[in-house]
Amino acid sequence: MTAVMEKADAQPKTGEIPSFDVTIKVRRFNPEGDAAGESYWDEFHITAYGTDRVLDALHKIKWEHDGSLTFRRSCAHGVCGSDAMRINGRNRLACKTLLKDVNPGKPILVEPIKGLPVVKDLVVDMEPFFASYREIMPFLITTGNEPTKERIQSAEQRERFDDTTKCILCAACTSSCPVFWTDGQYFGPAAIVNAHRFIFDSRDEGAQQRLEILNDKEGVWRCRTTFNCTEACPRGIEVTKAIQEVKRAMITRAF
Amino acid sequence: MITHQYDVVIVGAGGAGMRAALESSKEARTAVISKLYPTRSHTGAAQGGMCASLANVEEDNWEWHTFDTVKGGDYLVDQDAAEIMAKEAIDAVFDLERMGLPFNRTPEGRIDQRRFGGHTRNHGEAAVRRACYAADRTGHMILQTLYQNCVKQDVEFFNEFYVLDLITDRDLATEDVEEGAEVNATGVVAYDLATGEIHVFQAKAIVFATGGAGKIFKTTSNAHTLTGDGMALAYRRGLPLEDMEFFQFHPTGLAGLGILLSEAARGEGGILRNADGERFMERYAPTIKDLAPRDIVARSMANEVREGRGAGPNKDYVLLDLTHLEPAHIDAKLPDITEFARTYLGIEPYTEPVPVYPTAHYAMGGVPTNVAGEVLRNGHDVVKGLYAAGEVACVSVHGSNRLGTNSLLDINVFGKRSGRSAAAYAKTASFIDLPENPAAMVEAQLTELRERPDGERIADIRRALQETMDANAQVFRTGESLNQALSDIRELRKRYRGASVQDKGKMFNTDLLEAVELGFLLDIAEVTVVGALNRKESRGGHYREDYPDRDDANYMQHTMAYRRPTAAADEADGHIAGYFDHVEEFDGYKVVLGSKTVTQTRYEPMERKY
Repeated sequence: MTAVMEKADAQPKTGEIPSFDVTIKVRRFNPEGDAAGESYWDEFHITAYGTDRVLDALHKIKWEHDGSLTFRRSCAHGVCGSDAMRINGRNRLACKTLLKDVNPGKPILVEPIKGLPVVKDLVVDMEPFFASYREIMPFLITTGNEPTKERIQSAEQRERFDDTTKCILCAACTSSCPVFWTDGQYFGPAAIVNAHRFIFDSRDEGAQQRLEILNDKEGVWRCRTTFNCTEACPRGIEVTKAIQEVKRAMITRAF
Repeated sequence: MITHQYDVVIVGAGGAGMRAALESSKEARTAVISKLYPTRSHTGAAQGGMCASLANVEEDNWEWHTFDTVKGGDYLVDQDAAEIMAKEAIDAVFDLERMGLPFNRTPEGRIDQRRFGGHTRNHGEAAVRRACYAADRTGHMILQTLYQNCVKQDVEFFNEFYVLDLITDRDLATEDVEEGAEVNATGVVAYDLATGEIHVFQAKAIVFATGGAGKIFKTTSNAHTLTGDGMALAYRRGLPLEDMEFFQFHPTGLAGLGILLSEAARGEGGILRNADGERFMERYAPTIKDLAPRDIVARSMANEVREGRGAGPNKDYVLLDLTHLEPAHIDAKLPDITEFARTYLGIEPYTEPVPVYPTAHYAMGGVPTNVAGEVLRNGHDVVKGLYAAGEVACVSVHGSNRLGTNSLLDINVFGKRSGRSAAAYAKTASFIDLPENPAAMVEAQLTELRERPDGERIADIRRALQETMDANAQVFRTGESLNQALSDIRELRKRYRGASVQDKGKMFNTDLLEAVELGFLLDIAEVTVVGALNRKESRGGHYREDYPDRDDANYMQHTMAYRRPTAAADEADGHIAGYFDHVEEFDGYKVVLGSKTVTQTRYEPMERKY
């Protein structure tokens, strides 16, 4: 199976993975050096294979063409949330997006996610994003004595918030939200998703406090239901639905 | 240079680091230094579960769990540590549940449990349901829950800081420090990726929780960032590494990519088949078949391929068959891994079997510790104020082969113990003065790398390293293949000294850090191969085709590998005379192998059959 990383020979052999050429246009930004502070498009031509992801293409550029190309990545299979970026105008994880699926006949455009300050190339400052997350009290709040064993929770109660436990804090949703782009104070979808995860957890007793936080002028009511977040979520979380459920809970105080 | 002072500094913010932080930050002023945002750590990639003998769904007890762990590790497990882990597993799971972890539930609302490889009822009778889980994202939920609780407890993090040196008051790498003498850990040197600034952290206690080193191999389930940093830093400072020749190859990596598909797929009923559709594990492990421990399944798969029964156009993988399972069951229990098959290979697991092949997964070895998490500098002396937990450490609960789910357990049990030990020690200890310029070595190293004139690319050397490790030190090893790997590594070390980085900037220079990480990988690969060459037997994850049997008479010992100056004595500290004395000379230093006794309590070594 080593064929994945090898150069294609002129004559394809049995079982060999076919290759194709692709152009990647990357939005670059360097905070220091000759072009400090300028943002510009940089173009690279590489040979790729059918199973290659956008992350593989970025690595190929960094490792074979330009070592200064900068991006975050870690697990490379869509669970750590490091490499959310705008690919052909849509927020995705680079490690979960196959080149063959993003129209490789034309140049593939790769940009940093929007609404957060760019640090270098595809790296943005995630601190404002995590600050919003921390504000909604993303932890189980309980009162009374701890049980000696586990708390009891039915499979149905567990299912109620299953979808929002999948969040990997990649910021693909929040940085796809037009409200967040124009108003960085807005909590954003990811923080609300993580509030949802606790508000609807039968073991939690902090829902009222979280709802008060999100009832703020920068809270859930800023959501315009554009569904960008749901489309952007690489974990398939129904983000907009979760936000709607939090809005409803705020009115009915039932959760 | 910026300096900080904390009672406890924890290096690494995965499961072990954050579990330690939750303990120590209650008692002592604690900083967590991590090269990633905590939620990016690779604990989050663990899927299947965390074993504890809760007996929520069928009869079980911690003694059976201990036995399975010892047998699974082919008797190289320290049995006192395994017993502690199996006993404390129960509270570790309840701790997580009380912190908010959303475990799957039984119809009664208790924590549900499922089967996992090597975990059995009554000493091997049949598979037992012992793994507590949250769908197939148990590690994700553990990482999130621990991070959430760190937020709740206001734990202080230094994110995207790379620790590049460990400071001790005696230099074990160059001095000949006698046995029994006091050695203290006094701080660490870190590099802030965002700014390029050097930070020195003085601490009374330091916990290493930096994870594994899977990137010494090409085909691996590990993240790009798992480059053995903590192991290599300790090793360079003269501390031994224990049992590094034992590396686990997880049977079911997505073929060609190495992406992990949880053993839970087999725990939920999935079957491995060869090209003929045969359930070949019936031949290798007649009792528990597909749920045999990972070393056995991985070897069986590789053997099927070698004997020409592999599937696919190149006959180079086998098939994981889930097609007989109900789609609803797959969706409920294995949603993530089936999506991996769809996303990366375009395979629909409802109807098609998934191509799989072993993938480098887990280092059983690491920085030696005792059960309190204290780091050992030889067979018995601890380094005061230095602790390690998780994959970076070797306590040793995994012996020569870790059972599935026992790593999530390890990070919780020994993460907690290390955090507690570190905080308790910090309360009684005082700060020890750092050397005059503690960051000198790191600054020189980085400057040299940055200013080196144009040379070979770091990525080319790393690829060559990973390729030789895959070809020569993987599931099957021989003296010849390992010697080949070792001579390749020696050559790559020379090339590394002439390699250069292209990014010369200060801010967010990942090119520079990849170069530093390659240095760690070379050290870890080298010590892994030297250990494997010396161990002329087959045990657990280490299989020598030229020595296919386990040899308890000569090798029922932990390997302790030390890097020493060429001029130093050849005898390893605390070594036990015998077959283990082995010295491998390199350019400017040598690797000296000693041994450490395996702690045996209840279980006499037996032949390992499943």
